Amino acid sequence: MPNKILILFAHPLFEKSNANDALVQHIPDSPNITFHDLYQEYPDFDINMKREQELLYNHDIIVWHHPLYWYSCPPLMKQWIDIVLEHGWAYGKEGWALKGKLLLQAITTGGRRENYSSTGRDRFTITQLLEPFNQTARVCNMIYLPPFVVHGTHSMSQEGYDDHAELYAQVLKYLEDNDPELDELANFEYLNDWFKTKIS
Amino acid sequence: MENNFFFEAIIYLAAAVVCVPIAKKFGLSSILGYLFAGIIIGPYVLGLIGQEGEDIMHFAEFGVVMMLFLIGLELEPYKFWRMRRFIIGMGSMQVMFTATILFVACLIVMPWDWRSTLAISLALTLSSTAIVMQTLKEKGLTKTSMGRSSFAVLLFQDIAVIPILAILPLLADGAVPDETLNQSLISDLSGWLQGLIVFGAIAAVYIAGRFLFVPILKMVARTRLQELFTASALLLVMAVSYLMQLVGLSPALGAFMAGLVLANSEFRHELEGDIAPFKGLLLGLFFIGVGASINFHLIMADPAFIIVFCTIFNIIKFLVLLGVGKIYKKSSDQNLLFAFALSQAGEFGFVILGFASQLNIMPTILSSQMMAVIAMSMVGTPFLLLINEKWIDPYFGVKEKQPKKKFDKIDDDEENHVIIAGFGNFGSTIVRLLKTNGIPATVLDMDSDRVESLRKMGFKVYYGDASRLELLQAAGCENAKLFIAAIDNPRVNLEVAEKVKKHFPNLKVLARARNRSDAFDLVDMGIKDFYRENLYSAVHLGVDALVELGHRKYTAMRQGQRFIKYDEQSIFRLAEKRHDKTAFLMTAMEEIEMQEQLLKNDLYAQLGAQDHAWESTQLKKEASDTD
Repeated sequence: MPNKILILFAHPLFEKSNANDALVQHIPDSPNITFHDLYQEYPDFDINMKREQELLYNHDIIVWHHPLYWYSCPPLMKQWIDIVLEHGWAYGKEGWALKGKLLLQAITTGGRRENYSSTGRDRFTITQLLEPFNQTARVCNMIYLPPFVVHGTHSMSQEGYDDHAELYAQVLKYLEDNDPELDELANFEYLNDWFKTKIS
Repeated sequence: MENNFFFEAIIYLAAAVVCVPIAKKFGLSSILGYLFAGIIIGPYVLGLIGQEGEDIMHFAEFGVVMMLFLIGLELEPYKFWRMRRFIIGMGSMQVMFTATILFVACLIVMPWDWRSTLAISLALTLSSTAIVMQTLKEKGLTKTSMGRSSFAVLLFQDIAVIPILAILPLLADGAVPDETLNQSLISDLSGWLQGLIVFGAIAAVYIAGRFLFVPILKMVARTRLQELFTASALLLVMAVSYLMQLVGLSPALGAFMAGLVLANSEFRHELEGDIAPFKGLLLGLFFIGVGASINFHLIMADPAFIIVFCTIFNIIKFLVLLGVGKIYKKSSDQNLLFAFALSQAGEFGFVILGFASQLNIMPTILSSQMMAVIAMSMVGTPFLLLINEKWIDPYFGVKEKQPKKKFDKIDDDEENHVIIAGFGNFGSTIVRLLKTNGIPATVLDMDSDRVESLRKMGFKVYYGDASRLELLQAAGCENAKLFIAAIDNPRVNLEVAEKVKKHFPNLKVLARARNRSDAFDLVDMGIKDFYRENLYSAVHLGVDALVELGHRKYTAMRQGQRFIKYDEQSIFRLAEKRHDKTAFLMTAMEEIEMQEQLLKNDLYAQLGAQDHAWESTQLKKEASDTD
């Protein structure tokens, strides 16, 4: 049984993002992968909770795919979290709907990886900055995977975009067909790093 | 007499109605259908009509005039100016080379007098505007490079007719010029005066187009009488043609100029829509006339000569055209098409031959034979094109029609992707929003005053009744992506939406709806994108009312959003339900009944209970439970 993957994509200015254009273009065409463009579906931020919960219910791996803005996600992604991850459904005493599903965060950022360190300009690592998302996943009984990160999108050539997009596509294809080895994954900061050991 | 007229009309119409669909069925052009209709009802097969075929052709030639008027309308002066190199270059080359080669060849081979040879070669040089342009239109080739070149050459030929008709009397032996023949009002005047009058007439058409036609059309438009507008459109074309004939110019040329002058006016699409059916009918009649006038007795008397001669002159013409195309660096497939399309002789040939035989330049038998040759070549063209399309063209690369060329894109830009009907408060807001996003829209509106003022502001607005199919076609519905029905009058708006949906099933329609019952009608037509004009502002006001009463603005706005979605869904539900009832019309009682039902449903809707974002009631409860 292949894994069913739901990509929740949030970008308020998708048409001008080269990096995300490449990433989205490369998402494999598969009946098991659902691409869900939140800003296209809910331009008025009026999220249809029931529909979203149904989508979550029907997939095994959830991807939050978005650019990193001010060390967080775009507002509609947060709106989605607020509205869809309902108490009594996603968490709380009676909320077990998401139990055991995998959550992967796929983010793009203009900053370089070396800046995201205690001594760097951004003072925190990506892992540290994404803790709120990690914790949200945990509260909802989901398994939070190391994030898939594309760094340095502000100064990247088209080939760079395509290389990352190719890697993203391979990761998705891999996750569709395989259950990732979680203890092995725990040793890696980024999913990218782990996956490179897989393919080399 | 009257019976006679009815009988003849019925024969013509029936022949067309029977033959054209059959031709279409076999994938042939409608022209062939008309030609065969003519042959069948003509004197040599059924004999339903006699020798009057030629008379009918003279009358029906007016279809060619109208066609040129329409071509002028579509062309716009600046584009015409851009084509000048092709018109003069390609046109003159074709006419001179073809005429010279035909002349020399006939002089060597045929035992004819040099004068009749010259007249014949000139007559055969001119191609048939009617057949070529109609074929191009049917095949959708008018905007390709081949279409433009063909048009350029044809236009030059139309102009060339004038000097040719002027030269012919000089060929005559001097004794016989027939005063009554084809003489214009001014032919007695001296040469320079004639020239002056001719230029004066052309200037008059131009000035009248600018300062007379448009105000008159505006006045007529204000009466809002459709048939009066049609009448004035016809009057316009006829008057200009008559004027041109008076000064000895070709009426087709005059009509073309009138069209050109009006191409930039707001009435362009409306005029196109009005004239097009007349043009179509008259051209059909013209082709029937050509078919009926083919003299089979003459052909049968010496079939070998006629067929061989016809073939040879076609080949010569074809080769010359091919050469001209080569000089202008056409791609092979375009060039072949161009050469095949123009290789026949045309209606002007009849005129020249008739004139020549009246001037005694050639014997009547010879001119009749040549007329048969011309008619045969006209009949042959559609077949030649078919052969080219099926067997020859496939060997030569890709067709140019595919997008990707910059050249074609210029023309594509002419046609907007969005067509909007109605420029009232509703439509104008839409157009402004689109315009601020850099998207031009073609606007159709019935109010000629408004049309004029908006045009001054640079909007692309056309005057016309958008519920007429011809206007929709003229406005470019075939190729548009989006049609917005935003007319103030709800009845008309529904009619327009229905027409578009029916005739252009691939065109997406966004429709304005006055109220719920309009929306039901739209749902029945299969239009899912309707916008009730009062829903959004009413909900907006309601939201503000909630805010006035102390609700937080964001919560009130979310309630408004939900209400709109809920109400939109209820439309689809009720639209289906409505058909359970026998009566389709909504009576006032039913309207009230429906309102009641809506209000009742609202009680159960519990819009607020859909999600619990940011609410902590449950969380608090759970916290206190565990404590």
